Amino acid sequence: MQGFLDNLIRHFGHDPATWPWTQFVYLGGMALFAFAVINFAAITAGIFSWAERRVAARMQSRVGPNRVGPGGFLQWVADAVKLLTKEDLVPAEADKILFRAAPYFMMVGFACVFVALPFSHRLVIADMNIGIFFIIAVTALIVVGIIMSGWSSNSKWSLFGAIRSAAQIISYEIPGGIALMIPVMLAGTLSTQGIIRAQGGLPWQWFVFDNPAAFVAFVIYFISALAEGNRTPFDLPEAESELVSGYNTEYSGMRFSYFFLVEWGNMWVMSALATTMFLGGWQIPGVSAATLDAATGGTAVALELLSLAIFVGKTLFWVFVVMWLRWTLPRIRVDQMMNMCWKYLVPMSFAAVAFVAVWMLVVHAVPALGLVMRAIMFVLGVAFTVFFVYRTAQNIRDTGDKFDFTSNW
Amino acid sequence: MPFHFANVLVFAAIAILFVLGSLVGGHFLRPHNPTAEKEMIYECGEKPIGQAWYNFNPRFYLIALVFVIFEVEIAFMYPVASVYRSFIEKGQGMLAFLEIFVFVAILAVGLAYVWAMGDLEWVKGLKQDVLKAAREAREQPRKAA
Repeated sequence: MQGFLDNLIRHFGHDPATWPWTQFVYLGGMALFAFAVINFAAITAGIFSWAERRVAARMQSRVGPNRVGPGGFLQWVADAVKLLTKEDLVPAEADKILFRAAPYFMMVGFACVFVALPFSHRLVIADMNIGIFFIIAVTALIVVGIIMSGWSSNSKWSLFGAIRSAAQIISYEIPGGIALMIPVMLAGTLSTQGIIRAQGGLPWQWFVFDNPAAFVAFVIYFISALAEGNRTPFDLPEAESELVSGYNTEYSGMRFSYFFLVEWGNMWVMSALATTMFLGGWQIPGVSAATLDAATGGTAVALELLSLAIFVGKTLFWVFVVMWLRWTLPRIRVDQMMNMCWKYLVPMSFAAVAFVAVWMLVVHAVPALGLVMRAIMFVLGVAFTVFFVYRTAQNIRDTGDKFDFTSNW
Repeated sequence: MPFHFANVLVFAAIAILFVLGSLVGGHFLRPHNPTAEKEMIYECGEKPIGQAWYNFNPRFYLIALVFVIFEVEIAFMYPVASVYRSFIEKGQGMLAFLEIFVFVAILAVGLAYVWAMGDLEWVKGLKQDVLKAAREAREQPRKAA
């Protein structure tokens, strides 16, 4: 983004290194981009809230929201307007300052992730050299917001939900953090763009198929991300059947909406992170990153849009998988959740790091082995996908499911 | 580099303004007539009994302590992980590997210790020795008699 602003300044006939107003242009540009990105995040979260309800309805053979706009698409706008005009209640016995401050912490923790999160080959706010480490660090602010909201509400449901949520998020940060270390080791950099550049456009060049431990790391990361985003099967903090609504029980109106904005927006963050770290990011099949760098004029714009489309496509696929899991798996118990984290995922992630460390030494000594392993992993992945699609198709055939997109849509 | 981190500050500021703006803007749209019932803490329709700020189950604090230890170790391990590849390419792979191995081994020993001490057990039922002591205490008067 700095390059873009520099070019803009040059376009108006100034030298960015010496022009006294450069810093102000930077500041204005940053503020504009920040506003655009936060609005993007809010709008995606809104659209996901609609999409999730449609997906849920489809999976449970009901209709879902279909009144506001075509296919109910504008439902999220109606919801936003409703939340905006709802009374903002602060309980009389709550700690009022912390109660009001909690949504700010949630939003800051959520928005700052987008600083280092890439969208396409050139479209990244700041390609930090500590990118992924920064993302792991700022997401921790969301826990602070959750604890503040739960404790300050002075409600038992809120307190239980908040403490549970904190225990869950911090526990799953350990395996998630260790799993994300594996792409970092394979790429040799912490920068998110650098990690994407170390991969390639074709599936066997992705880190997920690099070796078995990397695949395990991807699965561990995905499970941890589900738990950190409070998604089913790890939605114990807001288990409706036992905790009313968890840490946001006492919130209403606009203040309440921020908790759900962050929750749905987090689906984008976790999927985009999975795409970046393991699934090749914006890399276009058959076009190397060097070609992308060298492209000029119309080709550059076309390739840029293509890389954006690839990144968004992969991300949206994983967002769909997250929704799919929510309506497939039941919620697990607290002790099962803790056991799964500390007794399975943490030892497995340690083993995966040790395996990758050995594997990288082996591949350095015998480079051909790396290619063989990639090929084997890729073939296994394709075989599994084919088997999965075949079984799903068979299930649909056997149960006579029909795609009825016309009458209820 | 300052540019990158200035972005973080600007993002935080804009996020705060975003929330503040919508709350202030909503102030002119939403009703505001609180009553005693509305301002009551929700406790399934009953009047709330006491405060929610009371002593909490200590196992959450144990998890938090274990987390702090592991998170600090992870924070130390990230730099090592990020330079591992360049060490291998310089031909010092074994050195870096031993470095990573020591880190992972320390973490693994820590995990094994915590596990063996039973701090990872979520359901802390009364342990067998406690139950046995209680049984013996019950049977003591009978033996004496």
